[in-house]
Amino acid sequence: MTHPALLETPLAPWHVAHGGRMVDFAGWNMPVQYASIVDEHLATRSAAGLFDVSHMGRLSVTGPGALDWLESLLTRRVAGIRPGQFRYTLVTADAPQPLAILDDALVSRDDDAPDGTPRMGLVVNASNRARVVEWLRSRLPGAGVALVDRTAETAMIAVQGPAAIDVVAGLCPPDDGARIRALGNYRGTGAVVAGVGAAVSRTGYTGEDGVEVTVPAADAVAVWEAILAAAAPRGGRACGLGARDTLRLEAGMPLYGHELRADSDPFAIGLGLAVHLEGRAFPGSPMLAAMAAGTPARVRVGLDLASRRSAREGHAVLDPSAGGREVGVVTSGSFAPTLGRAVAMALVEPGVAAEGTPLEIAIRDARQTARVVPLPFYRRPGRTS
Amino acid sequence: MAGDLRFAKSHEWIRAEHGGVATVGISAYAVEALTDLVFMQLPTVGRRVKAGESIGEIESVKAVSDIYAPVSGEIVEVNASLPERLETLGRDPFGDGWLVRIRPDDPAEMAGLLDQAAYDALVGGQRH
Repeated sequence: MTHPALLETPLAPWHVAHGGRMVDFAGWNMPVQYASIVDEHLATRSAAGLFDVSHMGRLSVTGPGALDWLESLLTRRVAGIRPGQFRYTLVTADAPQPLAILDDALVSRDDDAPDGTPRMGLVVNASNRARVVEWLRSRLPGAGVALVDRTAETAMIAVQGPAAIDVVAGLCPPDDGARIRALGNYRGTGAVVAGVGAAVSRTGYTGEDGVEVTVPAADAVAVWEAILAAAAPRGGRACGLGARDTLRLEAGMPLYGHELRADSDPFAIGLGLAVHLEGRAFPGSPMLAAMAAGTPARVRVGLDLASRRSAREGHAVLDPSAGGREVGVVTSGSFAPTLGRAVAMALVEPGVAAEGTPLEIAIRDARQTARVVPLPFYRRPGRTS
Repeated sequence: MAGDLRFAKSHEWIRAEHGGVATVGISAYAVEALTDLVFMQLPTVGRRVKAGESIGEIESVKAVSDIYAPVSGEIVEVNASLPERLETLGRDPFGDGWLVRIRPDDPAEMAGLLDQAAYDALVGGQRH
């Protein structure tokens, strides 16, 4: 099926040719799955999953003022960021409301340009790219900072799972492969992957170890096929956005438009780490300071349904000890393939957020019992934090 | 002798059996399109249903779908163990994967449903 009005990544023809079920995702023609979401999910947990995440926005911010400018705009401190580092941040505006969270993003610093000026990167959600770019452009100073949207000229491939780093490192010259194996979390490096100059970062959105590989658009299919060929004998496979969503749900990761919204209190949904207020001022920082000091109306929790029937976004969360009073709402929910039962994330009143609290979810005409459990639902073996 | 399969546009099949009863299931195309089935709810025996009324639901990892009665009548039997072995639907959707048996109010109502050729044309059109 084709959607002529949709944007396409350089890998879209490959997805179609390999049985990808294509859907409109934030205006992009993307594969939700090839065959089974469950199989793709489990392959990522046990070996390696390849995800085309080229629809995500890739922005470059360069020039002598790039670092100071981003420091003045992002919720996360970037002043001390060194080449090769990545940080999770929110992008906020202060108009028309005192605080509007436009997106969550990864900010990174590449190696400095030969003349010593910093080169920064931002990866933003596909659904928010246009308004983030528009907001950032409106805040550009007259000189000293250049903002370029590089989404169309590059492709990004996420390779996630216990075999992911070994697979990608094995496609590189020995020195590059060694650097990739030695990468810390949220660190990146340049490398030649399958003969193509790439940016490789130890980042992802699945709860697994792994890397994201950014290459020129023209090389995307060749690099994708080389990684897949190396991963497949170990049980790796191409995965669609359906598995990406169930993987991030199990890993307890918020998704913009679901757990995180324009008017969210980041401290109530576990994103306080992305907000550095001390000694800083940025759009929305006064409102965020008030949120940090206040008590949220609702907080994010994990719910274990102990059933295979899923709660879905928008379903009401009820308190059976208070006559079924509505105390929250489901923000994401699905059958969790690794766990073999349904789980959900929800925003609930703080009084019912304690671990073990029995709650109910109104699923269509049924009441499904659920219990508050710690996030994440799934933690990969050997990971302690 | 059992009759031919008839299909609703919502992808349920129905087949007349001996004794004025008809078996209902969902088509192989629908099972394949849903993929990753995780949950199913079926109606209770004795329930009276109208054609087009929801008689249950089937849920995949991605979404929930209603199951609709292809004809009006009474539910006289339910494949009660099926929700515990949903893989049967993928293996044998027109046999062991049956959902319910209905005693149609009007057996002639089945003639108004799609025959195999018409249903194949319908789903063939949805594949592209």
